[in-house]
Amino acid sequence: MTIHLRVWRQSGPDSPGFLEDHTVTEANEHMSFLELLDVLNEQLIRDGREPVEFDSDCREGICGSCGLMVAGIAHGPQKRTAVCQLHMRSFNSGDTITVEPFRARAFPIVRDLVVDRSAFDRIIAAGGFVSVTTGGAPDANAVLISKADADRAMDYAACIGCGACVAACPNGSASLFTAAKIAHLDFLPQGQVESAHRALAMVDRMTDEGFGNCSNHAECEAVCPKGISIAGIARMRRLYLMGPLTAKAQ
Amino acid sequence: MTQSNGAAGQPRLEAKIPDGHLQDKWDNYKDAVALVNPANKRKHTILVVGSGLAGGSAAATLAGLGYNVKCFCIQDSARRAHSIAAQGGINAAKNYPNDGDTIWRLFYDTVKGGDYRARESNVYRLSQLSANIIDQAVAQGVPFAREYGGMLANRSFGGALVSRTFYARGQTGQQLLLGTYQALSHQIAAGRVAMLPRREMLDLVVVDGHARGIVTRDLVTGTIERYAGDAVLLCTGGYGNAYYLSTNAKNSNVTAAWRCYKRGAFFANPCYTQIHPTCIPVAGSYQSKLTLMSESLRNDGRVWVPKDPADQRAPDQIPEADRDYYLERRYPSFGNLVPRDVASRAAKKECDDGRGVGETRLAVYLDFADAIDRLGKQAIGERYGNLFEMYERITGENPYRTPMRIYPAVHYTMGGLWVDYELQSTVPGLFVLGEANFSDHGANRLGASALMQGLADGYFVVPYTVGAYLNRHDRADSVSADNPAFAEVQGAATRRIERLINSDGDKTPTQFHRQLGIILWNHVGMSRTRAGLTHAIAAIGELKEEFWSRVRVPGTAATFNKNLEFAGRIADFIELGDLMARDALRREESCGGHFREEFQTAEGEALRNDDAYMDVAAWEYGDPTPHLHLEPLTFESVQPSTRSYK
Ligand SMILES: Cc1cc2nc3c(=O)[nH]c(=O)nc-3n(C[C@H](O)[C@H](O)[C@H](O)COP(=O)(O)OP(=O)(O)OC[C@H]3O[C@@H](n4cnc5c(N)ncnc54)[C@H](O)[C@@H]3O)c2cc1C
Ligand code: FES
Repeated sequence: MTIHLRVWRQSGPDSPGFLEDHTVTEANEHMSFLELLDVLNEQLIRDGREPVEFDSDCREGICGSCGLMVAGIAHGPQKRTAVCQLHMRSFNSGDTITVEPFRARAFPIVRDLVVDRSAFDRIIAAGGFVSVTTGGAPDANAVLISKADADRAMDYAACIGCGACVAACPNGSASLFTAAKIAHLDFLPQGQVESAHRALAMVDRMTDEGFGNCSNHAECEAVCPKGISIAGIARMRRLYLMGPLTAKAQ
Repeated sequence: MTQSNGAAGQPRLEAKIPDGHLQDKWDNYKDAVALVNPANKRKHTILVVGSGLAGGSAAATLAGLGYNVKCFCIQDSARRAHSIAAQGGINAAKNYPNDGDTIWRLFYDTVKGGDYRARESNVYRLSQLSANIIDQAVAQGVPFAREYGGMLANRSFGGALVSRTFYARGQTGQQLLLGTYQALSHQIAAGRVAMLPRREMLDLVVVDGHARGIVTRDLVTGTIERYAGDAVLLCTGGYGNAYYLSTNAKNSNVTAAWRCYKRGAFFANPCYTQIHPTCIPVAGSYQSKLTLMSESLRNDGRVWVPKDPADQRAPDQIPEADRDYYLERRYPSFGNLVPRDVASRAAKKECDDGRGVGETRLAVYLDFADAIDRLGKQAIGERYGNLFEMYERITGENPYRTPMRIYPAVHYTMGGLWVDYELQSTVPGLFVLGEANFSDHGANRLGASALMQGLADGYFVVPYTVGAYLNRHDRADSVSADNPAFAEVQGAATRRIERLINSDGDKTPTQFHRQLGIILWNHVGMSRTRAGLTHAIAAIGELKEEFWSRVRVPGTAATFNKNLEFAGRIADFIELGDLMARDALRREESCGGHFREEFQTAEGEALRNDDAYMDVAAWEYGDPTPHLHLEPLTFESVQPSTRSYK
C-alpha cells in the first residue's frame, strides 16, 4: 500500500516547527505504524536527508516510550492501542496521515516527534511510592488483600506513563496519570497509610509542573492505551479534598 | 587463541566462593563481611548504570543505606527499562500452594535447567533470596494476582513441577519494575539518588586498576560527559539484539558491557543465548522486532502441527487424528511444559521437516480450544486476556477462535560479563548485575528466573558486596573526574562518535544490523556447526570492515540522533558477534541453548561433554584475537545427570 505522511519537523525546543510531506510506497498491512516510520527513515537516510526522530523502545505497548498524534488522535485511531501496536491494517492505501508530537505546555519538544515527559517522573517523586526501604518486609501473605481490591489496584497500576492523556486533554492536564498512581496505591493496605499525604503532594506537584486542571472531558480515558478509568480521578479528588484533614492525622 | 587459568601476569578467575555447606555459604559471607561505617556511606559515590530491575533495585537500596548514588539510563525515564516488558512471572520458593517446593528444589531445578553450566553457590543464594523479593515487592505495593481468599496466587512455569511463579496479569515485569522505580523515586525525592536519564555509557574509566568512573553521552545535547565514583555497577541488560530480530527492546545493547570488556572485564559464555519457543513469527523484511507470547501460555495451550506436511486445511478443519502434539508425544511427563531450549529445538525440527504452518511455514500452532472447553472462555480470558489482545493486534487473528501461530525467537542472553560470588568482574570495583552478568542460568534459563535474579542481585546481594569492596580499598583517596584518565577516555569516545558521523558511506546502520542478524541467526542460532561457525567468523570480519567504510550516519553529533546511537551500538554488536561465534566453536558439546549438531544423542537431544567442558569460558580482550580463561565448575551438592523431561 501507499501512504502519504505529513510529519512534524522541529529541530529543537525553541525552533519553529512545520509539517513536511512524504510518501511511502512500500507500506503493508502487517506493518506497525512505527515500522512505517522506520521505512520512511531508511529512505530519508539513503537520500542524504535527516530522519524523523521519534521515541520507542519495547514496541509491545508496555514501556510507554512511544507516543504520537496520528491523524489528530493520541496513539491513532485504534482504541486501547499504543502507537507501536497500531498496525497499518487500520488504514487504506492512498491515505494521507498527519503525524505530530504530543503537545502540552508541560511537555516541551525535544526534536521532531520527541517530547520531554520528565515532569511525570517528578510527579511520582513527589509521593507516588510507599515509603519503605529494602529489607525487613513482613511475609507477603501476612496481610490479606481481597482479589477485588488487588484487581482494581492492578487496573490503575497498568498505566504506562506515555502521556497520551495529557496530549488528548483540552486543558493539558495530567490528572489521569496522577490519579492512576494514587488510586493504585490507595487500593492496597500497604499504600493506604500514606494516601492523603500522597494525593496532596502529587496533585500540587502536577499543578506546579504546568499541567492544567481536569474539567471532566474524559478525552484522556478515550485515548488511554491501557483503558484506565477516570473513576480514578474522582478518587484522587476525594483524597485531595480530605487530605488536609487526614494528612495531619497521618 | 591462548588458554590459561591464571598464567603469570593474568588475573586468576577466583570465584571467591565462601566456605561451608552450600546452605551456609551466604550466611557465612554476611557474618564475616566488614560493614561500612554509616557516617561514611554518604561520602561514597556509587555509579549505577541501568535502571531496570537490577539497576533500579541496587540504586534504591544503596541510597536507602546512605550511599550517594548516581543512576543512568538510556530511556527518557527510569521506568521504561526493558524489564518492563517481562510478562509471565517471577519464581520464589515460598511453597504457598504446599505442593512440595523448597529452596533446595528451586535451586536444583535452576541448576538442572541450566544444564549444569552454572555455579552452584550462586544459584543456591538466588533461591534463598527469592522469597525476600516477593515480600519486598508486596511491601512496595506491587499488585500481584490473588486468590479469592486474599492470598497470593501462583502458577507453574516451564520446566517446573510445582507452582512457584508469582505474577501480575501478563505484566509482571512492568509491576516489579514500577515497584523498583517507585523505591528509586523515593530516594530521588530524599536527595540520595541523582537520576540521569537519556544518558548512554560509552566507556569505563579505570584508574590504578580499579573502575573509578564512566564516560557518557547526553542523548539530547550530544555532550560527552564524565562521572567519577568509588564503584561502578553495570546493570545494562542483555545483548540479544545482536541478532537484530529479538524480543528485546530497540535500545537494548551490549555497548556498556563491551566497553568494559575492552577495559579488562572478562566476557563469559557469550555463546549462551536463549531462543524462546513462543513468539509471534516474522511477517516481513521491514520487521523491527519480535514479540514474545509468554511461556505461561503453555500451561493451557497445546502445541501441534499437522501430521502430513501437505495438509493445507485450516486448523479447525484438521481432526485430532491428523494432528501431532509433538511435545506431548516426545516428552510425556513434561509435555508442553518442557524447558525453552527443548521446546524451541522441537519446533525448529518440525518446521525443518516441512510440517510448519502459516504462510511462511515457519510456525507451529499453540491451541487453546481444549482449555476453553474445559475452563470456559472467561477463565482463559482472565489468565491470558492481555496476551490474546496483543496477539490479535499484531496478527489480526483471534486466538479464542483460531490457534496462535508461534515460532522461536532470540529472547535472553545467559552469557555476560564474568563475575565472582560478590558479583565483581575482573576489573576491581566494577560490579555486574542482572542480565548483563553471566552468573546464574548456565546454558539455559528457566522461565521466571531472570526477574528473580535481577532483583536478588540489586536488593540483596550487591548492597553487601559493594560495602565489602569499599572496606577493602579505603576510598578516602577519592578520584575526581579531573584525573587525566578521564580526559583520555572522553577523548577516545568523542573521536569514535566523530568517526561515525563523518563517515560518508552509502548504507544505513540498520542495513548492517540486519546483515549481522542474519549471519548470527543462521550460524550462531538454534543449531550450530563447526563449518557454520567458521563461516560466521569470516563473514563478521568482512562485515566489520564494510561497516566502517560504508556506513552512513545522518545528522550531527550535537543533537538527539537515534541513528547515531544505533550506529555505535551496531559496531559493538558486530565485534560481539565474532566473540559469540568463537565461543560456540570452542565448546565442542551441546548444552542448554548451545546446540552443536555434531554433538547430539540418537534421539536428537543435546549431548554434553562433562569431562571436557564442565567450565565457564571467560574471554579476555585481545587484538586481533581474544584470550580464553577457564573457570572449572565443580558440583558438590548435585550430581550432574543427563537432563530428561521424558
Ligand atoms: C519480552 C520479554 C519477556 C520476559 N519475560 C520474563 C518473565 O516473565 N520472567 C522473567 O524472569 N524474565 C523475563 N524476561 C527476562 C527479563 O525481563 C530480563 O532478563 C530482565 O528484566 C533484565 O533486567 P536488567 O535489569 O538486567 O536489564 P534491563 O531491564 O534490560 O535494563 C537495562 C538498563 O540499562 C540501561 N542501559 C543499557 N545500556 C546502557 C548504556 N550503554 N548506558 C546507560 N544505560 C544503559 C537501560 O536504559 C536500562 O535502564 C523477559 C524478557 C523479555 C525480552
Ligand atoms: S514502544 Fe513501548 S509502549 Fe510503544
